[in-house]
Amino acid sequence: MLGYYFFLALRSLRRTRMLTALMVLAIAVGIGASMTTLSVMFLLSGDPLPAKSGKLFFPQLDPSTGATLRHTPMDLLDYTSAHDLWQAHRASRQAMLANAATRVQPTVSGQAPFIVQTLATTSDFFPMFNVPFRYGGAWSAQDEQRAAREVVISSTLNQRLFGGANSVGRDVVINGAQLRVVGVLDDWRPRPRFYMVVGARFSGGDTADLYGPPHDVYLPMPTGIDIAQADMQPFTCWSDGMVDPHHMTTAACAWVGLWVELPDVAARDAYRRFLEDYDDQQRSIGRLTHPKLTRMMSLHEWLDFQQVVPADVKLQTWLAFAFLLICLFNTVGLLLAKFIGRSNEIGVRRALGASRKAIFGQCLVEAGLIGLIGGLFGLFMTVAGIYAIRQQPVAYADLVAVDMPVFVLALALSLGASLLAGVFPAFRASRVAPALQLKVQ
Amino acid sequence: MAITPIIVALRRHKAGALLIGLQIALTLAIVCNALFIITTRIERIGRPTGIDEANLFKVSVQRGGLPSDGEAAKARLDADVRTDLAAIRALPDVADAYVTNTLPLANSNWTGWLGQTPDGDKVGPSTAFFLGDEHTLATLGLHLVEGRNFRPEEVLPHSLRDRVAPAQLIISKALAQKLYPDGDAIGKTVYVGPSAPPTRIIGVVDRLQSSTVQAWAESFAWQTSIVPARFSFTYRTYAIRARPGRLDAAMKAVPDALYAVDPQRVIPEDDGVLSFAGIRARAYRADRGMAILMGAVCVILLTVTAAGVVGLSSFWVGQRRRQIGIRRALGATRRNILNYFLAENALITVGGVLVGALMAFAINAWLMVQFELARLSVNYVLAGIVALIVLGQASAFAPALRASHIPPVEATRS
Repeated sequence: MLGYYFFLALRSLRRTRMLTALMVLAIAVGIGASMTTLSVMFLLSGDPLPAKSGKLFFPQLDPSTGATLRHTPMDLLDYTSAHDLWQAHRASRQAMLANAATRVQPTVSGQAPFIVQTLATTSDFFPMFNVPFRYGGAWSAQDEQRAAREVVISSTLNQRLFGGANSVGRDVVINGAQLRVVGVLDDWRPRPRFYMVVGARFSGGDTADLYGPPHDVYLPMPTGIDIAQADMQPFTCWSDGMVDPHHMTTAACAWVGLWVELPDVAARDAYRRFLEDYDDQQRSIGRLTHPKLTRMMSLHEWLDFQQVVPADVKLQTWLAFAFLLICLFNTVGLLLAKFIGRSNEIGVRRALGASRKAIFGQCLVEAGLIGLIGGLFGLFMTVAGIYAIRQQPVAYADLVAVDMPVFVLALALSLGASLLAGVFPAFRASRVAPALQLKVQ
Repeated sequence: MAITPIIVALRRHKAGALLIGLQIALTLAIVCNALFIITTRIERIGRPTGIDEANLFKVSVQRGGLPSDGEAAKARLDADVRTDLAAIRALPDVADAYVTNTLPLANSNWTGWLGQTPDGDKVGPSTAFFLGDEHTLATLGLHLVEGRNFRPEEVLPHSLRDRVAPAQLIISKALAQKLYPDGDAIGKTVYVGPSAPPTRIIGVVDRLQSSTVQAWAESFAWQTSIVPARFSFTYRTYAIRARPGRLDAAMKAVPDALYAVDPQRVIPEDDGVLSFAGIRARAYRADRGMAILMGAVCVILLTVTAAGVVGLSSFWVGQRRRQIGIRRALGATRRNILNYFLAENALITVGGVLVGALMAFAINAWLMVQFELARLSVNYVLAGIVALIVLGQASAFAPALRASHIPPVEATRS
């Protein structure tokens, strides 16, 4: 039966080419727009670390002093607080991190030095965030403690400096210091760069840059302080006087982040208490003076709080779906016109014994067929849309791609949408009274 | 022409009329808001910075591996900067140059606030700081409306986290008006933050936009200050005015000259050397992209809606061939038939746009909450209504014309 309806639908579509083309076009455009924005939205709002994001936490407190009181903690900690909390080792894993821009001096003569985004961190960083290594591995805790001249580099930097060869054991000159490569990362592109999301909430939704490639150089924190202290990028400083960038460990600046891994609820509660106790204790010795502002967000809460999904992308997604809705209205109207226009034919079929259900089914098959054709064209439009986004000068452009789920979803969405659009017109068509139509004939 | 028969006829096509009406309503609602977003973004992009942007460019340099600790290091860096500046200014293609922390639209804001009392109890208006010297006004082409320029001896070396606490300050007119609504800012004393030494305002420039176009700094985007300071730090930006017509040549000559002075420095490949046009394009690229996207959406939406109207009107004409024939046989002119279909379309469109206008404001109210957009002006809705009525009539015209050519003899056919 379905085969016969399918055949009838094909014939009917061929008979009204103009109307069919209009409907297919409307669905294709709607599907193309919504699937393109949906692909971007999925990409940008996905969980950057699905296996672990519920176990990672970002403890905060307010270390600032002076006249200005805060209502929320700053996005980073001062060095003393971060180091104290980190050194206590109360979580199963913990990592300090700080941003810096450092200068790499290529060993090949003739190449000009260049600036790289650098992360000063501690050895737990790599296992905690499931960072993959291609060669070698993280530095040891002992080497970290003695500020060993060791470094982990990204695959991109390894490509640039060593042509992609195994560079473990070779030297890189950063800020004039000679560092030995102990590890080279495998391709790693967390989206967003979740471990260092700072200040994004102030950007008014302009957060696309958070989806760029991660850092190129990873230094043990003490090494970073030795060779790149003045290049550290603080969230803010609160001292009234001059801040000396060469004494960042005591500076009145928030520049160090701390991530802790807490596997279960008990560990979470214990760590919260520990954070509170630390804050109280520091207050009692007079190092912290402002009202207590402790907070511990999970990775997921932190990304939400920082509003990492760019506002423009959200707006575009809404727009695309409103667009699809209009295209659907359009299709409903045109389908209605088409089915009612066939009242004669339907009347004859009804008079020859076709049930209302059969007419309804036949009309729905036709609507579904239009949806499938529209969906196929919509896929082309999606591919074109994604290609257009890849040409945009945004940091996530290279991440956007057409993949299998997008294909399946596009077809499913257009089939579902067109069937939905077909329900009412098909229902109306199935109510056509056989006798009346025959009389008119 | 009587409207009643049209309404009676429409009652027989309730579903179709309702659908096309709703589609028109939704289209109006979205097109109005999209147009509003487009004009907001275009206005943003078009705002003049207050500087003379032609022939202006910047070169950012970084020099890691040098000590910047203490006064001796600062003096050495300052000497480097003076050498760099001498080399840049000596180039034949360069009209003028100075060293600074940042430029308008360059997206690196230094902010603070100006108090009118030394104790700092009362927070004054926010401002964005630019470091500059006696060459700054000429290099940027700023228009000094009151007071005087800096003198060379007033310009002091400034390291990255030195406190901004100058003895003199040149401020923008917007900031002057904020501080002294009655005018006459020249010679007044302000304090940069709490317990700061006094700062005297010596000049007022007409207009100078701050460094960032991000939302958080929008409220004080025009409240800017120029601090007499030579930015003597390991990374710094040179703002350079090329001689007229020599921009490209100067943009090549300056990096070469700087590398000749110190080959160990880094000029970032991607954004180290940028013309001001390039800085502007980077600052507003997201706005530009959004405006283009919204424009494309409007065009496609209107096309889809027009296609829907054409489709449905054609269908209705086809369905009523017999009735049209009867009307024609009973004496209706072609014009009557044409007018009938146009009036029918107008009726549906007017109904649609009335609902659509309400929806437009509803969507705008939601956008205001979600995306901090401004209130939609009625003008956009009025323009949208006119556009959709014209579009509806234009789309219905061809089917209506075809209807008017149906001969009276159709009445006898079945």
